[in-house]
Amino acid sequence: MALLEVDQLRTVFPAVVGEFAAVDGVSFSLDQGEVLGLVGESGSGKSVTAFSLMRLVSPPGDIAGGSIRFDGQELLALDARAMRRIRGRQMSMIFQEPLSSLNPLHSIGRQVMEPLFLHTDLSRAEARKRALAMLDRVCIPDASRRFDDYPHQLSGGLRQRVMIAIALVCEPKLLIADEPTTALDVTIQAQILDLLRDLQRDTRMAMLMITHDLGVVAEVADRINVMYAGRIVETAPVATLFKAPAHPYSAGLMRSRPDLTQERKRLVTIPGTVPAPHQMPSGCRFAPRCAFANRDCQAAQPGLRHLAPAHFAACIYPLTQDA
Amino acid sequence: MIHHTLRRLLTIPLTLLLVTFVSFIVLRVTGDPVEIFLDINATEEQRQILVARLHLDEPLLLQFARFLGDVAQGDFGVSLQFGSSAMPVVIDRLGATVQLVGTALTLAFVIGVGAGIVAAIWKDGIADFTISGIAVAGQSMPSFWLGILLIQFFALHLHWLPTSGTGGWEHLVLPAVTLATFLLPNFILITRTAMLETVNELYVTTARAKGASETLVMLRHVLPNAINPVLSFLGLQMGRLMGGSIITEAIFAWPGVGSLMIKSIFQRDVPIVLAGIFVMAIAIVLANLVVDLLQSVVDPRIRMD
Amino acid sequence: MMRRRFSRLFDRRLKIALGATIVIGVVLMAILAPLIAPYDPYKQDLMYRLQPPVWSDLGDWKHVLGTDNYGRDLLSRLMYGSRLSIMVGVSSALLSAVLGTVLGMLAGYKGGRFEQVIMRFADAHLAFPEILLAILIIAAIGGSALNLILVLGISGWMVYARVMYNLTRSLRERPFIEAAQSHGASDAYIIGRHIFPQLVPVLTVVATLQVAQMILQETALSFLGLGLPPPTATWGNMLAEGRDRLWAAPWIANLSGLAIIIVVWGINMLGNGLREQLDPKSRERS
Repeated sequence: MALLEVDQLRTVFPAVVGEFAAVDGVSFSLDQGEVLGLVGESGSGKSVTAFSLMRLVSPPGDIAGGSIRFDGQELLALDARAMRRIRGRQMSMIFQEPLSSLNPLHSIGRQVMEPLFLHTDLSRAEARKRALAMLDRVCIPDASRRFDDYPHQLSGGLRQRVMIAIALVCEPKLLIADEPTTALDVTIQAQILDLLRDLQRDTRMAMLMITHDLGVVAEVADRINVMYAGRIVETAPVATLFKAPAHPYSAGLMRSRPDLTQERKRLVTIPGTVPAPHQMPSGCRFAPRCAFANRDCQAAQPGLRHLAPAHFAACIYPLTQDA
Repeated sequence: MIHHTLRRLLTIPLTLLLVTFVSFIVLRVTGDPVEIFLDINATEEQRQILVARLHLDEPLLLQFARFLGDVAQGDFGVSLQFGSSAMPVVIDRLGATVQLVGTALTLAFVIGVGAGIVAAIWKDGIADFTISGIAVAGQSMPSFWLGILLIQFFALHLHWLPTSGTGGWEHLVLPAVTLATFLLPNFILITRTAMLETVNELYVTTARAKGASETLVMLRHVLPNAINPVLSFLGLQMGRLMGGSIITEAIFAWPGVGSLMIKSIFQRDVPIVLAGIFVMAIAIVLANLVVDLLQSVVDPRIRMD
Repeated sequence: MMRRRFSRLFDRRLKIALGATIVIGVVLMAILAPLIAPYDPYKQDLMYRLQPPVWSDLGDWKHVLGTDNYGRDLLSRLMYGSRLSIMVGVSSALLSAVLGTVLGMLAGYKGGRFEQVIMRFADAHLAFPEILLAILIIAAIGGSALNLILVLGISGWMVYARVMYNLTRSLRERPFIEAAQSHGASDAYIIGRHIFPQLVPVLTVVATLQVAQMILQETALSFLGLGLPPPTATWGNMLAEGRDRLWAAPWIANLSGLAIIIVVWGINMLGNGLREQLDPKSRERS
């Protein structure tokens, strides 16, 4: 059985008129030891999906339906206390902005120890040892000296490592990484990604990597879900997605990557923009921008169709190898 | 941190100098001190002698320099009302004022911050509506009117508390409460706003993602970060607090420095007024320093600046 | 989690409407006082001294709100008192607005020495109990309407300076300012024609709220005996007089206090409503 099974998840926010479903019927699964990438542009609903898994959606938004089964438990049925026992312990999350994600008034050592105090009965001394070991593991140089440093004394890359340490100190089964490298310099990005990959391999934890950056996801993911306008439009192993995307949107994304090997050409873009919440088409949401769409596409939302082992796309005319 | 403290310490004498200078100028320039000392039948010659003795014929700056010299030795002159050295008289009354101001400040801070926290946590609920409503109403109210109202109710109608003067703690209640209401509404609103803004910070989400309970999040993560702007605000309110204490002492006939000042101003007792202003200025400056220190204790970023 | 939105009741439009109504009402009352006041505020009527308001047993419709120690009609005195409060409040707010805005814009735009001197001075002044200075000066030069306006006006400039300074500083970096500079516009021109108009909305809000503060301060000064001397009808004087007669005639203090509260509350509501109108962020927050 998969570690994480999401079924028809729906998260809504109140809008001027009615409500807006940022996550609209999303289903996917994740196995222990697997790295799943969740890719999409801003506003596709990927971050909201992540927060929904942790049940940390900020009010007035709220999960409106569906199911999230984690390690055999239905998360949406848990009370607040039970959910808190899972957060930070079985399931952790790291965020995009390392400076604002750390409490400026607490030392980094203290912040790494906090999950241990919350979820274990380790003594202060033991917790400190474990936290130190964790800081070492994420390659913070001179960890014992820096243990009492404050966030503002560290660089962006180091802070993100601290965040990773905090998330992994209780050895969770699942790590959700929400755009962890977006706010970092390119060179640091690579280091953090390497670190994440190392840790994932060592601990065999599952990882959900959320990003808009295809380069990032190519590095770390085993499988990729592509999200558009609150729905998953394609899911495939990483190599397959890059070589032969089936959904026109994924294909568009792949094509729009600047290719340094080719001659200088105009950058390819996907024409049009993501539909506004109150202007969602009733049929396929990508149809207005799709070069291959026709009337059937506008009639109804396509479900995910099985195209090949582990390859699904929500399109009634998926692209074949030669498209 | 040492740097910072030193810099602040240096501004103290400058501020005091400015304060004293302004007060001195105002009092000297706008009234003839000689008139006070002489009786009506004094001759011109007697007048001249007095003028010379008080150095009033010298240029203003020189007079001020002399004055500063005296001040450095603690000599503010001889009080007209009491016939003795001015500063000791003021110091004598300082205890009562400190008692009043200290109690009021504690009340205002504890209740204000507490109410602000409650209003923020239960935002938009009935608690928030009530507390914020009271705070906004309180901002519009002349606090001394509240004092008068309290006197009517608690002293004249219920006979629970005395109307004025000092004695046991029951004499302190009404004046302290009245003075506290000068600051209370603002404390409530500032705390509430600070809490609400802090709650939206990303590190609060991180804390929740660690599995911390809401209570822990509020107490350990939100509150310490929110307290900073509240402390800054506290520093700025020292002036208002002093001003408020003067009015409160006038309403309740509280024998502190404020009521002494009012009386002395009307009596044109210049030495007392100058001594009183000096003391108040020092108090404000010291209070600001304490607030600064508190802030640096709470926030390591300030500490290490 | 169901949170009932009680605060929505106090919609910003309601605030503006209610506040404006009160303000306009009071201003009209102040302007028309000589016409609509039932009595001359100075006229003594010793037969009817210390008469309670009409709703009390001993009250009389002759003097709807009662009389004071000298038999002077309270309603008339309150009406006339509003004239002084409004006049002093508005004038001193205007004076400090002009002073503060000019200095704030200067400090924000030119930076450097201007910024250092002006803002340091503002901080120092802010820390000082302004009421103390006001007490000092008024005691020295006497309490007249003009003196009150001057003293209060000078004591209030820092608030404007701070706000305008911050705003100007953020505006200074905007491209349209750079464009004007590259066209050779003088500093004065840029400040006057480009920066100032952007400050007007915030200035209006701050000024409105400051009028309320000025009125409160004037009342405090009068209460201490440092305003216009009796027998002038000012709310502060009446409060002071009322304080001395709390046992015999509580209505004097209570009604004058009530008058102050209503006016100040109205102005504050108007100001807060305007501020919420301006700032979309505070609209969500509160």
